[in-house]
Amino acid sequence: MVQIIEKRQLTPITSLYRVDAPLIAKAARAGQFVIVRVREGGERIPLTITEYDRETGLLTIVVQEVGATTRRLGELGVGDHILDMVGPLGEAPEIPSGGHIVGVGGGFGSAALLCLMKELRERGEKTTVIIGAREKSLLILADELAEVTDNLEICTDDGSAGFKGFVTERLQQMIDGSPPGYPDFVISIGPMPMMRAVEKTTAAARVPCTASLDPLMVDGTGMCGGCRVTVGGEVKFACVDGPFFDAHTVDFDEAVARSKMYVKEEQKAADCQRSAHEEEAA
Amino acid sequence: MPVKRVDKTPMPVREPGQRAHDFEEVNAGYCFAHAMFEAERCLRCQDPVCVDGCPVRVPIAEFMHAVAANDLPKAAEILRHANPLAAICGRVCPQESQCEMNCHMTKRFGPVAIGHLERYVSDWEMAQPETDEVKEPWREEKIAIIGSGPSGLVCAGELARLGYHVTVYEALHAPGGVLRYGIPEFRLPNKILDWEIKQLERMGVEFVNNVIIGKTVTMDQLFKEYGFAAVFIGTGAGLPKFMGIPGESLNGVYSANEFLTRINLMQAFEFPRSETPLKVGKRVAVIGSGNTAMDAVRSALRLGAEHAMVVYRRSEKEMTARIEEYEHAIEEGVEMHWLTNPVEVLGEDGWVTGLKCVKMELGEPDESGRARPIPIEGSEFVFPVDNVVLSIGTRPNPLLVKSTPGLKTHSWGGLLVDERQVETSVKRVYAGGDAVTGAATVILAAGAGKRAAEAIHHDIQTEAA
Repeated sequence: MVQIIEKRQLTPITSLYRVDAPLIAKAARAGQFVIVRVREGGERIPLTITEYDRETGLLTIVVQEVGATTRRLGELGVGDHILDMVGPLGEAPEIPSGGHIVGVGGGFGSAALLCLMKELRERGEKTTVIIGAREKSLLILADELAEVTDNLEICTDDGSAGFKGFVTERLQQMIDGSPPGYPDFVISIGPMPMMRAVEKTTAAARVPCTASLDPLMVDGTGMCGGCRVTVGGEVKFACVDGPFFDAHTVDFDEAVARSKMYVKEEQKAADCQRSAHEEEAA
Repeated sequence: MPVKRVDKTPMPVREPGQRAHDFEEVNAGYCFAHAMFEAERCLRCQDPVCVDGCPVRVPIAEFMHAVAANDLPKAAEILRHANPLAAICGRVCPQESQCEMNCHMTKRFGPVAIGHLERYVSDWEMAQPETDEVKEPWREEKIAIIGSGPSGLVCAGELARLGYHVTVYEALHAPGGVLRYGIPEFRLPNKILDWEIKQLERMGVEFVNNVIIGKTVTMDQLFKEYGFAAVFIGTGAGLPKFMGIPGESLNGVYSANEFLTRINLMQAFEFPRSETPLKVGKRVAVIGSGNTAMDAVRSALRLGAEHAMVVYRRSEKEMTARIEEYEHAIEEGVEMHWLTNPVEVLGEDGWVTGLKCVKMELGEPDESGRARPIPIEGSEFVFPVDNVVLSIGTRPNPLLVKSTPGLKTHSWGGLLVDERQVETSVKRVYAGGDAVTGAATVILAAGAGKRAAEAIHHDIQTEAA
């Protein structure tokens, strides 16, 4: 059981949690993730580590309510417990030193970038972060990111904040020479369509790019193989070999298809949860 | 005594038509009369060779005496002393290739049903009232066990009995390892496993779930920060093998590990009340012929498959499953396709639609001593299927090895151990079970756990002296 020490609502469906998980906080590295289970009979789902504090033993995670399990998490508040949490899982990405490193985050991918950018800042790297959302109110952790990067570039689809357009359009401008300048290495974390678009943009300019994949997982230790992705023609397990892979060699078609395996079931689980709630309320 | 000269008393089972649709246990267990009758069949051999077939050397003859005399407390004591997982082994051991194979009754009448009686006595023991009393360790040394599968559980039990502080670390949210995530409830109900674990807790063993040694805590920390005197690695062989044929990443293709973990650990058969889903279509092909393949194919039937098939490149003779599982599978309507080798998983829109296979024939024996299957040219055909489950074996998980300097393995991933078959290349780090041997049986792992416990005790005491 892991206790929630602090909770902050970032958007109507996204919350940040600081939890008391000293063993994980002590071992964590930027880019790794945890697996949680919220209740008996609940699913195991992976969540990226947003921050860790080895001294206080606190671990920060950001959760977007998209399915039954994340909605259940959303119902928890300060003092409540998360039933199970295990980690840190996966490997920290290898990011080359020197040059201009650009982190691109879409939606709640920004949360995963925070930890990495902080580590790159400590390493003394020159960095830029591009984050994007549909509109201003859906942007998360902009202030926190601004503190750990040299340049924060904000993009919104509707122009309600920063650059009007997609993160890839802003990235393309930089590739074309607009300040803060040409990216030597890109880290891409976000929804699959965004990561795919970032891959295309960087591939055309031959910029190396690593993407953080979050396929379906059960155990997170390499035991089930459910998270397999094809990278450079080879089958890899995202839980132990990833979650970061060379974006230019990832089979995104397959990864997208696999991510949709349980779309119907996810809906069913959410419906079941809703009707249980209504019964409770009645 | 004439009673000896009759066939083995069959295990009462639930009707195939009924049991093939739920996850309740298939075997119903002996009643008192069955047990007494069967124990009487034992010839009381002067030199009981049955024991030689048992990896944990249960004193079977004494056990039979106690059962026949209806002294069940004594029978239970004999069992438990030799095998802390008797209720489990009585259900999942391949007795036909171990103790019962050696039985002198085997040739003419069928062996004494040692396994069934082991289960009978364990079930009796489980039904007895128990206290909540917990035994306190009386020695100073602390031992860490990595992994709560059969080898870890037995090693923990033996060390607790010897008075050590024992902590078992488990990566998943519930202990038991393959007994939890692998073996389905119709063969090994979770409540049996829970009971066995509770017995260990009563002996003073502490279980810590959700900790991955090598990730959450390193081996080095176990010794330096936590002060363990020795560590036993029982991490099993949990990494699934894939065939490397086209189409394996299509939706609807599972490793047997994932398929069974979703069902057993995550209780997908109760979806959506339990939130982990599993896609099981009308036609399911399971590739492989071991116990895991039988577990997967029978689980598929229980989850609504109308055609549940086993596809295996060798013949029935080379099949590796326990005979009981095989027979039960046939009774339940599983279709067996021998000498059939999958060459490609076919799909449409990202989903499995078929399994392309080639017919095989048997040639000369290969390096495993079994007849080599050879493809018959031009014999390709397609099974229309909705799911493919790969059950072609597993190998040890490299996670701990990767993070533990000096821990040496064979090229295939198994841990290297000393001539005693227990200590690894790192001092005071011991190992046993599938992590050392590659995928094998529960009882072999149990035997290894027991051997390691004895060695740990010996080494600690020798050093102290």
